[in-house]
Formats: sequence, C-alpha cells, structure tokens
Amino acid sequence: MAIHPPEKRIWWNEPLEKSEITWITIAFIWGLVMFFTMVFWHFTGEQNLSNEAYRIHPETFAERTEAMVDQYTVREEGESGLPVVRPPPGSDVYMLARLWEWWPILELEEGKDYRLHLSSMDWQHGFSLQPENINIQVHPGYELVLTLTPEGVGEYGVVCNEYCGIGHHQMVGKIHVVAAE
Amino acid sequence: MASIAHTGTLPRAAEFRTCPDTGLRVDLAAEKLIRWNAVVAVVFLAVGGLFGLLVALTRWPAVHLLPAEWFYLALTAHGADVLLFWVIFFEIAILYFASAILLNSRLATPRIAWLGFWLMLAGALLANVAVLQGESSVMFTSYVPMQAAPHFYLGLILFAVGALVAVAVFFGTLVIAKDEGTYEGSVPLVTFGAIAAAIIAVFTITSGAIILIPTFLWSIGLISHIDPVMYKVVWWGMGHSSQQINVSAHVAVWYAIAAMVLGAKPLSEKVSRFAFLMYILFLQIAAAHHLLVEPGISSEWKIFNTSYALYLAVLGSLIHGLSVPGAIEAAQRRRGYTKGVFEWLRKAPWGNPAFAGMFLSLVMFGFIGGISGVVLGSEQINLIMHNTMYVPGHFHGTVVAGTTLAFMAVTYLVVPLIFRREIMFKKLAQWQPYVFGIGVAGISLFMMGAGTLGVSRRHWDITFSDAPVAFDYPGTAFLMMGLNGVFGVLSALGGLMYVVVVVSSVFFGERRTEEKAKAEPLLPQGGAAAVASYGSEGTLKLPGTITLVAIFFVAFVLYYFVNWKFLSEVWPLS
Repeated sequence: MAIHPPEKRIWWNEPLEKSEITWITIAFIWGLVMFFTMVFWHFTGEQNLSNEAYRIHPETFAERTEAMVDQYTVREEGESGLPVVRPPPGSDVYMLARLWEWWPILELEEGKDYRLHLSSMDWQHGFSLQPENINIQVHPGYELVLTLTPEGVGEYGVVCNEYCGIGHHQMVGKIHVVAAE
Repeated sequence: MASIAHTGTLPRAAEFRTCPDTGLRVDLAAEKLIRWNAVVAVVFLAVGGLFGLLVALTRWPAVHLLPAEWFYLALTAHGADVLLFWVIFFEIAILYFASAILLNSRLATPRIAWLGFWLMLAGALLANVAVLQGESSVMFTSYVPMQAAPHFYLGLILFAVGALVAVAVFFGTLVIAKDEGTYEGSVPLVTFGAIAAAIIAVFTITSGAIILIPTFLWSIGLISHIDPVMYKVVWWGMGHSSQQINVSAHVAVWYAIAAMVLGAKPLSEKVSRFAFLMYILFLQIAAAHHLLVEPGISSEWKIFNTSYALYLAVLGSLIHGLSVPGAIEAAQRRRGYTKGVFEWLRKAPWGNPAFAGMFLSLVMFGFIGGISGVVLGSEQINLIMHNTMYVPGHFHGTVVAGTTLAFMAVTYLVVPLIFRREIMFKKLAQWQPYVFGIGVAGISLFMMGAGTLGVSRRHWDITFSDAPVAFDYPGTAFLMMGLNGVFGVLSALGGLMYVVVVVSSVFFGERRTEEKAKAEPLLPQGGAAAVASYGSEGTLKLPGTITLVAIFFVAFVLYYFVNWKFLSEVWPLS
C-alpha cells in the first residue's frame, strides 16, 4: 500500500506496464504540442503581447500624454469633462492609469494600427478592454508599447481589473472606434 | 538538516502507543502536534470560509452585501486565512504524519516543532489583526507600491519562518527514521509525496522571505523603493509555488486515502515517484503564470517558465491522473468488482466521506482546476483571461475542489486514527463532501464563465454605478455572478457541515478505545497481506480508468483549442 514501504526494495527496476507507458508518451507529446503552439502563435497568430517596454518616470509619461491630449483633443465627454483624443492612425497614443481613472478617452479608426503606450502614475492597474476582453497589467515606472488594431465600430470600456484601493470600482475609461475616413 | 536531527547529546526518550488499526508505532509527541496543527487549520478554514461567504454574497449583484471597504477587507482576509493559514497548518500536520507516523519513528525535536507551531500561530494572528484593523486591505498578494501596515508583512514573515522550522523538523525526522532503522527499504509513496511537498516548501518559503523582508523594511521606511515587477516575480515564487506544495500534498493524500480505505497500492511505484519528481524539478517556475501580460519580461522567458519547461510538471499530474484512479480500480477488481467497465466505480464506498471526498477532489482537480490552469497559463491566451473572474474560477478548482476537499476527506480518517474519537453525525458527514463539492464546482465554473465574459476579479461594483464613465457588462455576466453567489452559499453550507462534524467529533465524539478499534476496524483487514507480491498491480486490466482518462484527454484537447479560437477573434495586437 502507498502508506507502507515498497515491498520490492528495488522498485526502480520494475517493468513499466503498457497502459502506463502509452499514457506517459501521449501526455509528453501533448505537452510538446502545447509548448510549440505558443511558439507557433508568435509567427502566425495576430494576438501576441509586445515585448517592447521601457523604464520611465511617471512625470515623463504624464508629460507625453498631456502633449498628445493638447494636440489632438476633439471634444470633452462625461461629467468630469474627460478629453476625447483622436490622434492620427499610425501614431503613438498614450493612456495613463492613475487613482482612479484612465486618461484620456481615445478615438481610434477601425482597421488602423496605433502604437499604444500604457503606464501608471501611482499603483498597479489593470487595462481590461471590454467587451473584447483584452487584459494587460499596467505598472508604475514601466511603459509598455504595443501595436493595436481596433476592429468593429463602437464604444469600448476600459475597466481597471487590478485592485487599486477603495475607488477601484470607479476606474473606467473608454475607447471609441470609428469608421476609417 | 542532519544537524537538527542530531542536536542534543542523547536521543529523546519518546513515548509510543501502538495503533490498533495499522499496527504502527505512534509517537505521542508527534500525535499531539498533528492534532494541534489540524485543529488550528480547521479554525482558520472556518474563519476564512466565513469571509469567503461574505465575498460571494457581495459579488452576487442582487445581494451586494458589504460596503466597498469591508468587501476588500474581507477579500484580503479570505485569501490569507484559507490559502495560506488553513492549507499550510494542515500540511504541517500531514508532514508530521507522513514522517513520524508512517515511518514508525519518533519525531525530531518536538520542542522545536512547537516553536514552529507558535511562530506560525502568532504570525497568522498578527496578519489577521492587521487586516481587521482596516489598514491592510491590500489583498493576499499585497502588490507594491500599495502598502499595508508593517505588522501585516511581519505576520506573514513570522508565519513563514514557523513553517520553515516545521519543514526542518520533518526532514530531521526522516534522518532519524533512517538512522534508527524504523522502516525497511524505501519510504512509502505517501511519504515520498510529502517529501516532494516539503522540498517545494523550502523553495517557496525562502522566496516569501526574500520578498517580504524587504517589503516589511520598506513599510517602516528603511528602504525607499521596491520594484513592482521584481516584487511580482519573487512574490509568485512563493504564491504560486505554495500551490504546488498543495498539489504534492493532496496527491499524497489521494494515495493515502485510496490505500487506507480500499487497500489500494500504486500501479507502479516507479511511475508514481517519477511523477512526484517532476513536481520537484519543474513546478517552481510557475511564478510566470502571473506575469504573462506584464511589461519588461520577454516572451521566451514567459513561454519556457509558464509551461514548466515543456509541461513536464503537467506531465506529473497527468500521470497521477491515471495512476490514482488506476490504483483504485485495481484494488476494487481484486475485491471482486470485475463486471463490465465500471462496476468497480459503481460499487465504490460512496457512503464513506473519506473516499467520496477524495474521488470528487481527484475528478474536479483534473477536469476543472487542471485543464483551466493549463489554458490560463498559455502565454497568449492569458491576454483574454488575466485578472478576470476566470482566475479565481481556476484556482477554486485547484485549491478548494482539489486541495481543501482532499484535506477534508482525510480528516474523516484522522479523527478516528489520531484523535481517537468516533465521527459524530455520520449522516451529515456522508453528505458533506457532496454538498461542498457541488458548491465548489459551481463557483469555479460560474466564475470562469463570468471571466470569459470579461468580469473583473477583486471588484466591488460591476455596475460601475458611481463611475464617471459608464460601461455595462452583458446581462449573462450578471447571471453568472448570481449563480456564483448561490453556489457560494452551498459550498459555505458544506464547509459548515465539515466544521460542525469535525469540531463535535474531536471534542465530544465517543472515545475510540483499543477494544472498539479491534471490534470495528477502520481500515480494510488484511489489505496489505492479501497482496501476494508487490508491483503486480499493473498486470490487471484497467478498462474503466483508461476510459476515464480518454474522456479527460479529449475534453482537455477540445477546450484548449476552443480558447485559441476565442483568442483569434479579439483585436490584433503585437
């Protein structure tokens, strides 16, 4: 029994049963399949998180975001008058996370590529784009740069899904996707 | 470790009793330590479970019980009390059982073991005080730069040091047992599994110390900055690896229950031990599971580590997935349940809560916790799941349906064997694994469903009623969260049944005297003797197990690729 010492002292020389070795082989091959699926997806899949990241001071990131907002704001939205920013396709766009908002609101064209920069001013936050359900961790002091291609005209929510204190549940941002001109 | 075993000039004169059920020599000092660790574990399960119920009732949109600050407090306490304190206290009891008791040995340095116990208890209480004071609602993970009160970190550090001391006593006991020749040949498989758990525990607790000590110094102002990505890498060296202690421990418990209830023995010692070895070698690198969508970490690092190096630790679990039910089938067939493919399963002792809990734990850990874990841990698929309700859905399938249910199941053997009390309220005990198991299956599946629809974990108000910008989750997501609440209540009921049965039995149960034990033996009589020679289990045909494993494998493959399909439908990003 499993609660007694093995009855055969030299248990490691036991022959393997056919059913067991078959299963071990299948399971090992399945592991390889799953491993190489991830590798394969880097070459063929369209959803791979960028490896481009920089250390950055929160103030520097805020300055760059403000510069974009100053240049491309098209209107204001919501009770607090959040700027809605419409940068040109292909450009660098910034979204900063802070207690407790995503700033600013972005307006992007469908099917165009944007270099999205994400960083936090204070604690960790979670960029959760809904209802697409794309989820990316946002750290203070780190700037992640990824290329994003919006698909489907409409309004998308950006929920914070990393717990960030008592106002966490109020932290919602927005991305508008509009038809390309 | 050997030095600990040999402190003091003379071996302690241990007092033993002989167990009437197993014939093993039981060191009374070890027995007392097992009892106390188990009792404290159950207390933390009760407290942490209550917090869990409050969390579930708050996330049930129609109920929305607690105000925000209480919700985050309860969620922090729930995580720490059940994920750390309940499972690790219970695991220390398992380590002492698997060393001193199963090896017929005296326990190394009970005094130091008590020191470990008190350190753990003091640390656990201190962390609870910090959380209840309200200044440490930082979640169990306490990600920097969010800061808790210093005594929150100090509590966790004390607890970790205490646990490390207990693990050292375990290793010391192994050395003593070997030296004093208390057993023949190799250690039993259950002890081998416990050794795997203990080795992983050393790595885990060390990681915890490496990150929590500087974080504590930071909280009192002696260190100015803790890098948040570095924190997560090291913290999850504790946080995820400690779940691998649980896996090793509960797999060992599966083998132990199958052996004690049915006289089952492993199909092949070599295969089962090899599977535990895979855990020791590869489970530790799974910190990566929590870092798949972080900035500043390369895809190569993520893929290698998240897959446990080519899924070699998953291979270990897949092997146990065949060998544990296989051992049960072999034992049942040997007892004459040989009709058809599944007579052995139909005629299994489903009315014995130890067996029922163990088998439910095995099935749910595999189908719910295991499959979802591999999918969630695939580098790119993590993008559509990270920090959604899918994550707690997954780990309630592993830690609650798997570990907690297995530990509950083995309690029904520990109470008569170690506490030497009869189980009270037998009917309630019989139903308990089913009520708890169905409840947990429900919360796991509905949380995973809600996560697939994007619902955020650790979130007080998914209606965003006082947010400046509006957003609505789909109606189905609310339905999922409501059902999660309903099944949360059911699992809380199952937990309450467990606590009532165990606490009443331990304190008021009829004493199980030697005469009574002889008259009503707990373990199958002659189970070991009936087996003529060791290692021949594999020669039995096991069509039932092979069918179950085939169903599992097909489900796994389909679900895996369905999620790649889901991923392919979201916005392209690179």
